[in-house]
Amino acid sequence: MSAAEDVLFELLHMEIVKTFTDSKDKDDAASKLEYIGFTTGYRFVERATRETNRFKDELDIMKYICKVFWVSVFKKEIDNLRTNHQGVYVLNDNNFRFLTRISSGKQYLQYAPRFVTFTCGLIRGSLANLGINCVVTAEVSHLPACKFQVQVQRG
Amino acid sequence: MSRQNLRAIDPKKVSGELFTLTYGSLVAQLLKDYENVEEVNRQLERIGYNIGMRLIEDFLARANPGRCYDFRDTADKIQQAFKLYLGVSPSIGSWSPGGDEFSVVLDPNPLTEFVELPDHLQNLRYSNVLPGVIRGAAEMVQIEVLASFIADSLKGDNITEIRVKFVKRLEDAVPAGED
Repeated sequence: MSAAEDVLFELLHMEIVKTFTDSKDKDDAASKLEYIGFTTGYRFVERATRETNRFKDELDIMKYICKVFWVSVFKKEIDNLRTNHQGVYVLNDNNFRFLTRISSGKQYLQYAPRFVTFTCGLIRGSLANLGINCVVTAEVSHLPACKFQVQVQRG
Repeated sequence: MSRQNLRAIDPKKVSGELFTLTYGSLVAQLLKDYENVEEVNRQLERIGYNIGMRLIEDFLARANPGRCYDFRDTADKIQQAFKLYLGVSPSIGSWSPGGDEFSVVLDPNPLTEFVELPDHLQNLRYSNVLPGVIRGAAEMVQIEVLASFIADSLKGDNITEIRVKFVKRLEDAVPAGED
């Protein structure tokens, strides 16, 4: 059983998703969810890293996100991190917490995107605060696994 | 990894901050979406109500609190739930003579740790999700209550106080023809 405060966070996330996908102008839902994640991540990582040593490089920051950051938010590490060393990072979470309450299989796959958008923003906001501008997208092909792709914007 | 100092941070505190910040971002977005502060208050209460309806299930499974025999029992369980989920122990008091109304005093209010209200938002009930959670959770155990803020330290009051009033017991509704 997960800790009590994690259940509360999960329920809050669920309600945030519902609030914006049910609202009148639901076309904006994705960008609003992403933005809520962005501002949360931006401020959260600022507090979380105040005692941390300076990061060596971009890869060092990505490792921090996959290990320390992911554990503090989702209570597990990212299962797999890949990079092409040219600014593209792929983070695989085989059991992404916001998707574990959805029945696996194909039936509800179409609803998966709305449950990962907040987290895309969360990653983008955290990286922005650590000095990396990027675009974050997510892909879900088998519930409850999720693949986040980070594309660093240079220049 | 060389970042051993990070492990010293209390995970409970980290989760709490994450919750507080996420909630703050939600309120900020709602304020952008609705011009009307009253509507934001209403939305926050509704979100709380929906959370409460689900949270009660987790509370019953986790804390195994047993049955409430009177409204004082209910107050104790609400206090217990605040401790469990938000890590704060509110004090319960100011009972009405009839025993059907009490106050939950939050000191501190974990939701407002990083918050200051600007002057033009003095009508915003920032933490309105909390009375919503109480109402939603109570309804799922057949108690209808009214819950609302009567004092808020964000607005310059000394304390943050939620007033909870017993309305009625809800009877199980049996579909017509199936009694």
